[in-house]
Amino acid sequence: MAERPVRNEQARGNLPPLSLHVPEPPFRPGDPVDYSYLTIPPAGAQPRPDEACPASETWPLCQDLIRVLDDDHRAIGPWDPKLDAETLRRMLRTMALTRAFDDRMYRGQRQGKTSFYMKCTGEEATSVASAFALADDDMVFPSYRQQGILIARGYPLTEMINQIYSNRADKLKGRQLPIMYSSREHSFFTISGNLATQYPQAAGWAMASAIKGDTRIAASWIGEGSSAEGDTHAALTFATVFNAPVVFNVVNNQWAISSFSGFAGGERATFAAKAVGYGVAGLRVDGNDALAVYAAMRWAANRARSNMGPTLIEHFTYRAEGHSTSDDPSQYRSAQERAEWPLGDPITRLARHLIALGEWTEDAQEAMDRELVDQVKAATKEAEKNGVLGHGLHHPFHTMFEDVFEELPWHLQEQAEQAIRERRIKWPTWKEYE
Amino acid sequence: MTLEEAPLSLANAPFKRLNMIEAINDALDIMMERDPNVVIFGEDVGYFGGVFRATAGLQKKHGKSRVFDTPINECGIIGAAVGMGAYGLRPVPEIQFADYIYPGLDQLVSEAARLRYRSAGEFIAPITVRSPFGGGIFGGQTHSQSPEALFTHVAGIKTVIPSTPHDAKGLLIAAIEDNDPVIFFEPKRIYNGPFSGYYDKPVEPWAKHADSEVPEGYYSIPLGKARVVREGEAMTVLAYGTMIHVTEAVCREKGVDAEIIDLRTLVPIDIETVQKSVEKTGKCLIVHEATRTCGFGAELSALVQERCFYHLEAPIERVTGFDTPYPHSLEWAYFPGPVRIGEAVDRLLKA
Repeated sequence: MAERPVRNEQARGNLPPLSLHVPEPPFRPGDPVDYSYLTIPPAGAQPRPDEACPASETWPLCQDLIRVLDDDHRAIGPWDPKLDAETLRRMLRTMALTRAFDDRMYRGQRQGKTSFYMKCTGEEATSVASAFALADDDMVFPSYRQQGILIARGYPLTEMINQIYSNRADKLKGRQLPIMYSSREHSFFTISGNLATQYPQAAGWAMASAIKGDTRIAASWIGEGSSAEGDTHAALTFATVFNAPVVFNVVNNQWAISSFSGFAGGERATFAAKAVGYGVAGLRVDGNDALAVYAAMRWAANRARSNMGPTLIEHFTYRAEGHSTSDDPSQYRSAQERAEWPLGDPITRLARHLIALGEWTEDAQEAMDRELVDQVKAATKEAEKNGVLGHGLHHPFHTMFEDVFEELPWHLQEQAEQAIRERRIKWPTWKEYE
Repeated sequence: MTLEEAPLSLANAPFKRLNMIEAINDALDIMMERDPNVVIFGEDVGYFGGVFRATAGLQKKHGKSRVFDTPINECGIIGAAVGMGAYGLRPVPEIQFADYIYPGLDQLVSEAARLRYRSAGEFIAPITVRSPFGGGIFGGQTHSQSPEALFTHVAGIKTVIPSTPHDAKGLLIAAIEDNDPVIFFEPKRIYNGPFSGYYDKPVEPWAKHADSEVPEGYYSIPLGKARVVREGEAMTVLAYGTMIHVTEAVCREKGVDAEIIDLRTLVPIDIETVQKSVEKTGKCLIVHEATRTCGFGAELSALVQERCFYHLEAPIERVTGFDTPYPHSLEWAYFPGPVRIGEAVDRLLKA
């Protein structure tokens, strides 16, 4: 190592030695959980600024928590979106369907039908209620835990499962890791496994919409963990400079694999507060309150659509399950955290609200849950007709070389021939399905 | 086990049977004990001990200010390592998957690689960036890449890839002790056992492999020194990482008397061992899992051609991954397995 100047231990007199702060989450495995340190303001108490207000008027909300559903399951305050009961039931059903789908796919992975899966349990509102508040042709740039958007936009479950199984009907030709969906038809951008890369892309799409005088806006989702990526800074800087019609969502589910939100700066500031530094509108919302999520997204979407620029929304929620099927959260966090989460469960809360309105019953909820299980089961059976991951030989080998470029260059043509020759040797009985 | 580069006493040293993860963990633990300037950090490496468990137990043993989790920001992880190196520490950051190293490229390529040069030796970057790489685990395009050639192309970075637990420990210790920035790519397919290339055969644990015998305590394997896995006359095979085991299996099955060379360090390469072998055999097969075009095999091929041309009896063969992103379901069609390697071996034998 290069020599550095010898430090004179006496040179700084009696100054105390510096020490490194390494964040530590409040609870580890086995710890009892007490969330009393969290400030949970009452529902209905947060002001709702005009959608066209100066960004600075929203900044107090970055330290607050927009909540609509109160402890008696009523919708109160200026953020109540006043949705009709039919819309609320559809929203509830979509969230419950997302959960039923997750449960089934998780089991499918455990049964060896595919390699990988990621649930969004407890976070359904952050994607489903958001999707309800956007126009269906607004472009979304999701992370890997926004399956609720795709379901809300009516993407067929069987297509999702085909992708998860990488089977012969998979529209992405078995190329992508399970759940890395793409659907241009549903204005749903191709999911990347790399983190936060979609954030500046959403800003760019929104700028393009503005360049073209379009009326569509863009929205993007990242987790609080990936808000630490440089892409987040790039996205917010471009969005504020060009006043891009984009809504940035940070789903703060408290955990990024084993790292709690403190490793993304959560000990010092809220994630919504980043809005202040960039001069954009910011909202912090109870992410387990579907009505609050809807209202915040609607506010931000209306603002963007009226050319008033970007908004950053922090959805304060909890990752109820592991990061993925490859993760075991019991190794690093207290199992009690989920049960004690002070903001409850988004599906239960919306159902109770509907019941309080006299628009829903527990029996209806149970019947719906059974129906959704059957719906997912039927979609799964349908998809399994097209195969499961297995040995992964559902796709003609030539497809591996397509779409690298628009046209196949000579070297890929040669390599495709090599691959097909190898297939005849390695799997002589395999037949292409077409 | 080849130990000619190690102290003589090492051959008789007590050993433990370790898989590659355990060997890496052992190397890190030993270096943290030996050198108080060694610090380890990265996503999920602290309390949890890493998603592949390579840093398990180290935070508990060596403390949170020497082993810690970081924000999800690879530019920050590598940039902070450069800054710590400038202070005088010896950082060993982990990038969770090689596929996620790209946000840190500017800090590696423009900064770590050139500190020594641009400051005329005033500042150095004695950092070792550990990262799991390679495919074979159904990780799709974002958990399977082999980007070693991006780093071997950069002046000022060393690139090291072990293929056995024994080598992983000794090479990692040498990398940490090295005063230049080292990319240490760990082939994740062989973390838990060597891989013959037949994905449908049961996984074989390291315990059955001779090179899972890892000497206890400190030892290092010099960077820039290849290992002759197997001596032979029929052809020279140049490979590293997972592909060592696959080519070994192919040559064994075919009964080919190949000389298999595990490069271990790509830059600086052990040109002497390569040259000596090719001059002896007159034939050269290059194998890597990474994409073909401008892969490290291209450099190897050029070197062999430049230095051994008049000894060559056949065109140099390259067996590689295809020039596509790593596919999910067709992983085993993509992987340069026994058929692709076998065809190249046959071509060389016939030549």
